[in-house]
Amino acid sequence: MLDSILEGVIALTLIAGGAFAFIGSLGLTHLKDFYMRLHGPSKTTTLGVGCTLIGSLIYFSLREGPVIQELLITVFAFITAPVSSHMLAKSALHHKLKPDPRTRGNPIELQSERPKHTLEEEPQGDSPLP
Amino acid sequence: MIDTALWIALALFSAAVALNFYRAVIGPSLPDRILAVDTMYMNSIALIVLFGIWLGSKDYFEAALLIAMLGFVSTIAVCKYLLRGDIIE
Repeated sequence: MLDSILEGVIALTLIAGGAFAFIGSLGLTHLKDFYMRLHGPSKTTTLGVGCTLIGSLIYFSLREGPVIQELLITVFAFITAPVSSHMLAKSALHHKLKPDPRTRGNPIELQSERPKHTLEEEPQGDSPLP
Repeated sequence: MIDTALWIALALFSAAVALNFYRAVIGPSLPDRILAVDTMYMNSIALIVLFGIWLGSKDYFEAALLIAMLGFVSTIAVCKYLLRGDIIE
């Protein structure tokens, strides 16, 4: 009885992990600009791989006694995914990749493309200073 | 029940790797390609773990751990190179 319930849990985690990873990769392929594309893999693929590793952990714990090694990769993936996403976003901002018009936010790194006003060109008020 | 779920998960992860490869080939900018390769190694970890379940062997765990660590280090190294023009200053 318990074994069949655990088998159902394993099957559920495997299919959920595959579905999450597939949806993340679909987002990586179909979204418009880099700042949108970063969302799919950095959140969804991490969750998908984590689900699959948890399923593998339950499977081998059921067969050959308790194992916790798979938890190591899960924790490692959950720690390192935000770090690599942060570095990728920083390098994309450094290269001034062009955002889609629907992408929200106006980071300071992308604002240098605007025309710069020098002090003489800026309006100084109603009356000029004496 | 596990067999069917295993095949479905293998098919989904293989499709995910194919989509990542497509983005890595057509990706218009360099960070796009790095992101695609980063996602591809994450998906390959899951593929190796599923292969281990299919064969009923725990020996593939070390390969998955090695891919995870080397993939993270290489992603950070390439991003650092894009940011600063050098890896270790």
